[in-house]
Amino acid sequence: MSIKVEHVSKSFSAYPALGDVSLTIADGEFVALLGPSGSGKTTLLRILAGLEVPESGKVWFGKRDVTRDKPASRGIGFVFQHYALFGHMTVAQNIAFGLRVMKRSDRPSRQAIGERIDELLELVQLPGLGGRYPSQLSGGQRQRVALARALARNPRILLLDEPFGALDAKVRRELRDALRKIHDDLRLTSIFVTHDHEEAFTLADRVALLNHGRIEQFAQPAEILHQPASPFVSAFLE
Amino acid sequence: MPGRARTRSSPLPGFGLSLGITILWLSLIVLIPLTAVFVKSISEGWQTFWAAAGSPRALAAYRLSFGAAAIAAAVNCIFGLLVAWVLVRYRFAGRRFLSALIDLPFALPTAVAGIALTAVYADTGPLGAFLASAGVPIAYKPAGVVVALTFIGLPFVVRTVEPVLSEVSSEVEEAALTLGATRLQTFFRVILPTIAPALATGFALAFARGAGEYGSVIFIAGNMPFKSEIAPLLIVTQLEEYNYAGAAAIACVMLVISFAILLLLNLLQHWQRRRLAQ
Amino acid sequence: MTAAGLREPPATKALLIAAAVLYVAVMLLLPLGAVLTEALRKGWQAWLAAVWQPDARASIRLTLIVAAISVPLNTVCGLAAAWAIAKFDFRGKTALIALIELPFSVSPVVSGLVFVLLFGAQGWFGPWLQAHDIHIIFALPGLVLATLFVTFPFVARQLIPLMTSQGRADEEAALTLGASGWQTFWRVTLPNIRFGLLYGVLLCNARAMGEFGAVSVVSGHIRGETNTMPLQVEALYNDYDFVAAFAVASLLTLLALVTLTLKSALEWKHRDQIAARH
Repeated sequence: MSIKVEHVSKSFSAYPALGDVSLTIADGEFVALLGPSGSGKTTLLRILAGLEVPESGKVWFGKRDVTRDKPASRGIGFVFQHYALFGHMTVAQNIAFGLRVMKRSDRPSRQAIGERIDELLELVQLPGLGGRYPSQLSGGQRQRVALARALARNPRILLLDEPFGALDAKVRRELRDALRKIHDDLRLTSIFVTHDHEEAFTLADRVALLNHGRIEQFAQPAEILHQPASPFVSAFLE
Repeated sequence: MPGRARTRSSPLPGFGLSLGITILWLSLIVLIPLTAVFVKSISEGWQTFWAAAGSPRALAAYRLSFGAAAIAAAVNCIFGLLVAWVLVRYRFAGRRFLSALIDLPFALPTAVAGIALTAVYADTGPLGAFLASAGVPIAYKPAGVVVALTFIGLPFVVRTVEPVLSEVSSEVEEAALTLGATRLQTFFRVILPTIAPALATGFALAFARGAGEYGSVIFIAGNMPFKSEIAPLLIVTQLEEYNYAGAAAIACVMLVISFAILLLLNLLQHWQRRRLAQ
Repeated sequence: MTAAGLREPPATKALLIAAAVLYVAVMLLLPLGAVLTEALRKGWQAWLAAVWQPDARASIRLTLIVAAISVPLNTVCGLAAAWAIAKFDFRGKTALIALIELPFSVSPVVSGLVFVLLFGAQGWFGPWLQAHDIHIIFALPGLVLATLFVTFPFVARQLIPLMTSQGRADEEAALTLGASGWQTFWRVTLPNIRFGLLYGVLLCNARAMGEFGAVSVVSGHIRGETNTMPLQVEALYNDYDFVAAFAVASLLTLLALVTLTLKSALEWKHRDQIAARH
């Protein structure tokens, strides 16, 4: 699913988080939103998710204007920095959540849900852990469950908000590789937010560098490295 | 953090003195007096104990005290959750005033609450008249006990649920939304289970307080033996008749149940900690 | 922060707020209003006369005396307990804390009963006391003891978590600088806990002055002598002297409202210093 952001602006009280941001993301691309804190990258991600509504501008998923659509109807999967797993549910119940809350008419059978859970646990390399509770898992495992949960409804777009921010370096690298592989296997359009440029450059097909609510440069990692578009970009890459 | 015996490593002085005072005071004021209840209750033999603690009149009193306390605690769970929700999640004019008001039953002497509630719910009172004409007379009936205990227990559920509710991270709710849940589904499947231990704790606290309540109830209840006599009143009556052993026996039953609830509360705390560990 | 559009629709919010406010107004404000209305039913002069009546004045005096004795005693003991528990490690700490909180789970009537069983005419020490013409039950000492029992935990339970979360670093630093134990306590610990202490004392006092069930059992209800204000309220009410009963009750209500106001003020201004930091 391709994404088009058209002149989107958003402020919180007097604080302008995003100012006239536009970009186009191709179907199946892996894009990183990179920048220091306060640059607006998380706000942009949340607008894509439908967790925030922009004051002006439009967001298109394919041919559909989703600017005012609720998160549930956008066909997205969202992964939070701190996992946001439901502590009172098992891993399997967490993953099944998105399927169980569907309208009766759309809901898959119990068996189908069970099979999907197993499929997803295999995908995120946590086979057999369906009966555990989040409190019994490590940080890396929890984030894998969060990923599986987000993928359960076959989203067309995967959004990740600093997904590895709460994890230590070794786990971070493992999950990075896992995420890239899943993206390649499923050919999902994926967008993730990070402040770590090494991570962004390793994972993404294209990187959007944000500063104070504006996009300084949106290009492939190699291009950004060799042809930084502004002093800010060069300074950020040091 | 030093964690060894005081004789070895803690440099702070005053351990012996402070612990000594504490234990002495605790024993004198609390422990020894409480032991007297247990000893006195069986001082005239087990037969007398069961005759008093298990008499039909006592059983009726337990039914009323614990039954009304359970109903009142349940009502408080529902409305307490509503009030806690509104206080935690919404901003509106007078919110702080409302929050301060919630603690009124804690601060108001029970006797004052008792006569005030009677004034409101008696057949001549503002609410009482309305309810009586609707076929639900309150004053001097068991229903009056339930109303009084609802008043008394109101702050418990609100105050136990508030902090837990405010800790439910917005990320978790947003996750539910991105997964397609409606607001109602999010409430029942995600938020409510997370605060369930707090609700249970609030219920247990309100129940424990209500079962032993005296001052706010005896004015509005009819105090008729077998019909509207609460257990604490029965104890007082036995005392006035100089039946110390009988009074102690009933007190024993109430104490055992209170301690059982205390134990339950501790278990609930453990459950709560596991739930929120995320 | 979840976007506004993802929360409940404004209509639902308004409905929930209205329901909560209505519930609190009915449950809490109506009884409050009733006290005022009934107290002033026959006008200001009748109110003044009722409050100025000798028995009423005696009950006010007695309430103040009981509080003036119990609150400081329990404060000192609460401080001692909190010092021992917060600044040292020892086995049985959890049990000690549970024991300190025990009076909260005990019915007020039972709290009074225990002292009758100890010091009443048929109690353990009854004959000895009679022989020496010492009066505990049906006299001031009994009232004080019962009040001590029910207000025992207030200061301790406020200070223990607070002092525990504050740790020992400040006190240890003071010791290394040459301060003695007492100096450390007065100059370092007390200032750190002053608002928590104030808060605990406030609640302790409110309960001490308003206690009904426990003092009712040990009191003997002798007007002018062993009736505290709550007991006087009951006595007047049982005499059908409603205006006088509500007049005295209105004074207690005033106390409750002042307590609530001070409590709220402390909570708003000094939230971190009255309870444990999370």
